[in-house]
Order: sequence, then structure tokens, then C-alpha cells
Amino acid sequence: MPSFTLTINGKQQSVDVAADTPLLWVLRDNLGLTGTKFGCGIGECGACTVHIDGAATRSCSTPVSTVAGRRVTTIEGLSSDRSHAVQKAWIADDVPQCGYCQSGQIMVAAALLAKGGKPTDVDIDTAMTNICRCGTYQRIRTAIHHAAGEV
Amino acid sequence: MSTLTVGRRGFLKVTVLAGGSLLLGAYFEPVRAITGKASRAADFMPNAYIRIAADGAVTIIAKNPEIGQGIKTAFPMIIADELDVDWKSVTVEMAMADQAKYGSQNVGGSSSTPNNYTTLRRVGAAGRQLFVTAAAQTWNVPESECTTASGTVFHRSSNRKLGYGELIAKAATLPPPDLQSVTLKDPKDFKIIGTPVPNVDAPGIVRGMPMYGIDVTLPGMLYAVYAKCPVFGGKVASVDLAAVKAMPGVRHAFVVDGASPGMSAGLNPGVAIVADSWWYAKTARDKMRVTWDEGSTEGQSTAEFAQRAAELSQQSPERSVRKDGDVDAALSGAAKVVAAAYSYPFLAHAPLEPMNCTASWQNGKLEMWAPSQGPFGGGQLAARTVGIPESDVTVHITRAGGGFGRRGFNDFMAEAAWIAKTIGGPVKLLWTREDDIQHDYYRPGGFHFLKGGVDADGKLVAWHNHFVSFGENGRAALTADLSASEFPARFVPNYALDISLIPLRVPTGWLRAPGSNALAFVMQSFIDELAHAAGKDPLQFRLDLLGAPRMVTDPPGAGGARGRRGGGGYDAARMRGVLELVRDKSGWDNRQLPGGTGMGVAFHFSHRGYFAEVVEASVDATNLLKVHKIWIAGDIGSQIINPSAAIGQAQGAALDGLAQALGQEITIDRGRVVQSNFHNFALLRHRQAPAEVEVHFRITDNPPTGLGEPALPPVIPALCNAIFAATGKRIRALPISKQGLRVA
Repeated sequence: MPSFTLTINGKQQSVDVAADTPLLWVLRDNLGLTGTKFGCGIGECGACTVHIDGAATRSCSTPVSTVAGRRVTTIEGLSSDRSHAVQKAWIADDVPQCGYCQSGQIMVAAALLAKGGKPTDVDIDTAMTNICRCGTYQRIRTAIHHAAGEV
Repeated sequence: MSTLTVGRRGFLKVTVLAGGSLLLGAYFEPVRAITGKASRAADFMPNAYIRIAADGAVTIIAKNPEIGQGIKTAFPMIIADELDVDWKSVTVEMAMADQAKYGSQNVGGSSSTPNNYTTLRRVGAAGRQLFVTAAAQTWNVPESECTTASGTVFHRSSNRKLGYGELIAKAATLPPPDLQSVTLKDPKDFKIIGTPVPNVDAPGIVRGMPMYGIDVTLPGMLYAVYAKCPVFGGKVASVDLAAVKAMPGVRHAFVVDGASPGMSAGLNPGVAIVADSWWYAKTARDKMRVTWDEGSTEGQSTAEFAQRAAELSQQSPERSVRKDGDVDAALSGAAKVVAAAYSYPFLAHAPLEPMNCTASWQNGKLEMWAPSQGPFGGGQLAARTVGIPESDVTVHITRAGGGFGRRGFNDFMAEAAWIAKTIGGPVKLLWTREDDIQHDYYRPGGFHFLKGGVDADGKLVAWHNHFVSFGENGRAALTADLSASEFPARFVPNYALDISLIPLRVPTGWLRAPGSNALAFVMQSFIDELAHAAGKDPLQFRLDLLGAPRMVTDPPGAGGARGRRGGGGYDAARMRGVLELVRDKSGWDNRQLPGGTGMGVAFHFSHRGYFAEVVEASVDATNLLKVHKIWIAGDIGSQIINPSAAIGQAQGAALDGLAQALGQEITIDRGRVVQSNFHNFALLRHRQAPAEVEVHFRITDNPPTGLGEPALPPVIPALCNAIFAATGKRIRALPISKQGLRVA
């Protein structure tokens, strides 16, 4: 079994898994970081979104072998105390219903805001390709605008 | 019904816990016992718990599973308000699945609020009363001189106060207050109920804390997948298990015969693969060489269903469900007659968290963790499946990543139980999305062959529906029925409903607003056709159809045979109220829209809630459909418990309906489901959601009722009617993406 050294939330970790194992399952089953969710396994829903070198990436479709040496941030690493502007806005605007998709939504929103500036509704619609089965889109938009005012 | 709980007898039980906390448990007589003979003490069941610690910290047990409907926040709000404690002092704890302890823990049918609202208020109020008595006796003053606020009892005239935590020792010595006679707050004094309270789990959700079923991790736990025959009712013919077991990481692989022919909500036949990680199990399954015995249903197809429905529409109906007046005579005498055939497809639920269950088998007992809408029943099913007493099964209720009715079926719990027992240890079973889409309990499709007539004054005088649905021997499949009282029955003088059934070997089940999610599309679209035929404004035509504000009921024995849900009252006043409200809020009467843009209206009554909705949409020269805005007006009674969650539920329900209408369809070919994942079973995305869904509640003097479902049904016909207003194109079959329109 090959061994991979990964940098997850600023910490170096080694895992022994098959090279084709998606990053999602390494995070969830090997490293116990279950905040990153499984929704479809084919990169459609975005529940599994993490940052790889700062870019929002679907971890269910990212083989672990391609991540070695790169910087991975998961929802657990976005802040140590839910102080990220997006996390605060998500609570203030009461976004989550079932909440299952929201760690993925938050990671995409955080990557969008990290680019700077204030995204328009069109920017948000373009960047946020994640699915929310509960239909919280209106509040997600509002929360992103609120968070953009604070970043 | 909520009125039943008002009269429910009960008492409070007070227990001092180790560590000095006080536990308040409310015991209620089960509803079924009320109607019968005198109850015994054993008939009383507790269904709510409050813990008060010596430092005044309040813990409220949330008894019903949270699937995104907000009940884990709403129920404790109700108790906390009557208990008169600050919301910030409250910690919410999820109950175990234990109906002997908590009463029914099923969630579905938007029933949690109407079944529990008054009960939970009484529990909180009895707790408050207990502390008032304790303080009054401590101070030797009349109770009437004591007031409460923020978990503290005050005696203002002597300037004394005692926190609930300080009163525990005294309270424990008192006879518990009577739940029936306890005084409830005047709603105008509510401090928590009626205020926007954020989802109690939001702080954990935004940090990715483990709380869903899929997040459960046990020491030594293995991971399982479960492969089933793609054809409903099929089973394993042969499989190379030795090859599967030789694959990396695989620990166990075995065939499960199942407990039924393969269409049950129990243990269906299949192959279990258990490995060191879920990815290994799934990879082994993908490479597995298996031959299925497809059974006798491989001939089923959506195309065949449609052909059979067309044939049946030409024949005499199988049975008459309702016959009021003389439809044939009224149609021949009508000024205008419209005939139309409507249809809608099967649908899957697709909650975003795939089906999963973690089960641990130890010393002949099962411990389970499940995201279920009926966790107690799931434990009973697991016990039956593996042949142990129910008392040897423990079920932990986890937060669920959506439900929509799917998790009312516990097939995945039966599978996990069987696998855990077979391997003799802890295991997490997780379905793939493909398993979920292809092994659901589907919203059944249906076909309606309609004729309607309006008289010279533009009044709807005749309505005939030949409904071709699914079922056998005169019994419709689950959620494939149409009630004798479904609107517009009782509002049209000459009304006939006939039903013919097509045998079905596809499992069906409740999808958010069961029945209604399909029927509103048909009824409210056809009413729109008749409004246009009558030359009337579609909204005014509907007000005229509802008629005078009154409660419309069926006299016993009138109107012919009754459906199972037939005969319930329909409050025309409440529906008129929301229809007028949505008219005013949407600016319906003054609408001035550019070409290619239209507004459509529809209403529907379901799950005790009255909803009217307006959709504004446009279709451009390239047939691209865009939904601009939705207005919702709803009447769910006298009190909105949590306005933030309530608005969210209504907005979500509308978007759910939009997703169904725009592009969702499950088709059957050669006995199996064609769709497999979100690339071909489309959920709604940001770019397709309207910029705004505006929600208005009309507060009426009726018991508060649920909100998970009733906002969904009207949005589909309102959208289709908007498309007609924009283009003149009538949508008579769903999804819209198959009707020549493109969806962004």
C-alpha cells in the first residue's frame, strides 16, 4: 500500500491507502475529518468541497495521489473558533436547514470571498454550483453579501 | 389533530438526579386511550423532559428527529417560553429512540407541531408552576404574589428572588402540578415563541462537527456497501464471492437472501461487502461479477405505463369514487367545454445525505445510529430482521441530511442490522447515490383525463376526471390515491371522479406533500384553463369558485363513495384569505409585464395548511425559462413558532416544487430505474433559484399547524400558469424540461 504525506489544515499527516482513493474518503475515514460530506461521488453536488492551495475543489473526484505536497483546508480548518466571516454570516442569517450541504457551500463561498471585492448576485450564481436540497439559496446569497462586507 | 391533545390528560413527574439536577418528565395518556375506556396508570407515557441544574442551566430533550424541518429548535422553544427561562440558558439534547419514554417520535405529514404544540406548552407551564409553588412556600407568601422571568421567581413587594436552580430541593418535595389545569401564557406574553431563533445546530454545522448518521464512528468499525438487483423484486442468481474477498481491504462478502420478494421496506435481497474503508468496499463492488435473477418485473417501463393509461382512458373506468349532480348533462349544456390530459412522472426523494446506518452487534444485542424519520420503528424492524427481542435493540437518533419522506422507510436499518449480526461487530453501511436513486420508494406518476365546462356567465359548472393511477384489486399503491374530497370536489355542482388502476411493481412512498405535490399541478392548471375559457381573470375565477367564506364539509353519506381521506372540512374563508393576500402582495391586479413574461397563480390545501402562491417567470426567444420571483401566502393558524425557520421552510418547499417541475423525472425501462445520480436526476441549483421568494403568513384563530409540506404543492401549477401567461403554451405534462422549454 503506498503512503502519502498530506498537509491538512496546516498539519502534515501520512496515510497508507490505494492511490486512486478520493481525498474525500481519506479525510473522512482515515483522518476522522467528517465535516466534509459525501453527496454524489461524481463532483455534481459539491458537498465534499475543500480548498486545495486555496482553490475550492470537489474532494470526491480528487485522487489522493494528486494532493501530495499541496495545501488542503477542510471546513474544520477554516477557523479554529467559527470566526471566519462566512461562518458568522451563516449563523447570523440562519442559513442551514438540514445543514448537510453547508460545509461545502461555506468552503466555496470562502474561496470566492478570498479573491477580494464584493461579489454580485451573478458572481455568486456562477461560483456557487453546489446543490442545496433544502433550497436555502436565497439566504446563502444574503449571507455571502453580509460576509463580503466584513472580509 | 391538535384539538385532541388539548383534552389529553397527563401529569408531571419530578425526579432528583445524581448531582442534584431536577428532571421534569411529563406523562400523557396516549391519544388512543382517550376515546376508549378508563385508562390505567400504565397507559400514561412521558413525552417530554426538562433538566434543571443547580446553577440554573436548563437542558431540554428534543424528542423528534431533526431532518431540516427545524423541530429540534422549535419544540424546546415552546417548552422554554412557558417555563419562562431565557433561550440562552437552554441546551438542547437529542432524545434516544424510545417511544415508551417519549411517545411517538415519527416525523412526517407536517404533524409534529399540531400533535405537540399544546402538550409542550403544558409541560413548560407545569415546570414553571412547580417553581412558583416552591418559592411561595419557601417565603411563606401567596403564589399569586409571585412572578417569574428568566428562570427566576420574584416576590416584588419584598424584593426577594430565587433562581429555579436554587429551588430544586424544595420543588422535589412538592406534588407535581396537574398538566390539565396548569395556566398557560397569554400568547401576547410570549418571549421566545414567535421570535426568530437560529437553528440550534448551526454553530456545529458551520464548523463541520460530526452530527449526521454518516459521521458516526465506532472503535474497530468496518465499512459496508450493499448491492441489490437493479430490477425491483430481483435477487442474486450467482456471484463470485471468492474474487470479491480477494480484493484489497475486503474483510467479508456474503449473499443476503432477504426477508421478502424484494420490494419491501425491510431486508431486500443483495450482496454485502464489508471492508477496512468504504472506498475499498465500493471499489470491490464495482468490480464484482454478479448475475441477477431479475424476477418477473423486468417487463415494466414508463412507456408501457403511458400506453396502458391511454388505453384505459378510452374504456369505462374501473370504479366511481364520487358523483355529484349530473356531469354529462352539465357538460352538454355548458357554454364552453375544455378537455385535457395531464400527467406527471415518478420522482425520487434524493436527500443529500445518502441512506446510511451504523450498527454494532455485541453479545446478541444491537446498538444502532440512524438518520431516520421513524427511528423507533426502525429499531423494531431491525429486531425482527435479525430475530432478537425489541428490548435488545438500542437506537440513537442522529441529525439527518434531509428526509422528504424517504427516511420514513427503514430498509437501510434492516440491512445494517443484518450485516452487523453476520460479521459480529460494528459496521457503517453507506449507500451510494446510485443506490439511493435506484432503490427508493418513489412518488408515483399518474394520468388525469379531464373534462370541464363553464356556463355563459363564466361559472365552473362541470368537472369530470378519469384518473388513471397505479394499484391493484381496487386499491391504489401507496400515495397513488385521490380522495373523494380533493378540490374542486364540493365546489362544482356537477362533479365526477373515476379511477382506473395499472398494476405496479415499483415501490412507492411519501414524498414531501404526498399526493398533493402532483394533484395540485393537475387541478390548479386545469382550473386555469377553464378560467381562460371563461374569459375571466384566473385569480378572480378562483375566488368565485371558492365562493362565500364558509367551512365546506360533506354530509355523512352524501356524494357517493368516499376515499380514505374523504369528508374532511375545507375552509373556504381561510383559502380566500391567503388568495387575497397573495393577490395584494404580488401586485396581481396591477401587473404590467414585458412580453414573454407572465404571472401565474395557484392554491392548495394540504397538511392542515392553506397556501396560495404567485410565480413570475419569463420565456425568451430561445425558449429559455427563467423564474423571477415567487410570492407565498400561507395560513397555518394562530402562531408562527419560529419565524426564521418558518420562512425558510416555505422558501425551501417552493424551491423543492420548482425543482420537481423544471427537470425531475424517474423513468423505468426493463424494470429498472434509468436515472442514477445528479447528472440525470436534477436538483435545483443557485442559478435556477429565483432572486426572491417572498413569504407572508396570515394569522388566523386556528390551532398552529405544520409547515414542512403545505407550501410546496401550489408552486408547480403557479409556475405552469405563469408560463401560459407568458407564452400561451400550456404545460400538461411534467417535467417542463421535456416540454420544449430550456431550463437555465
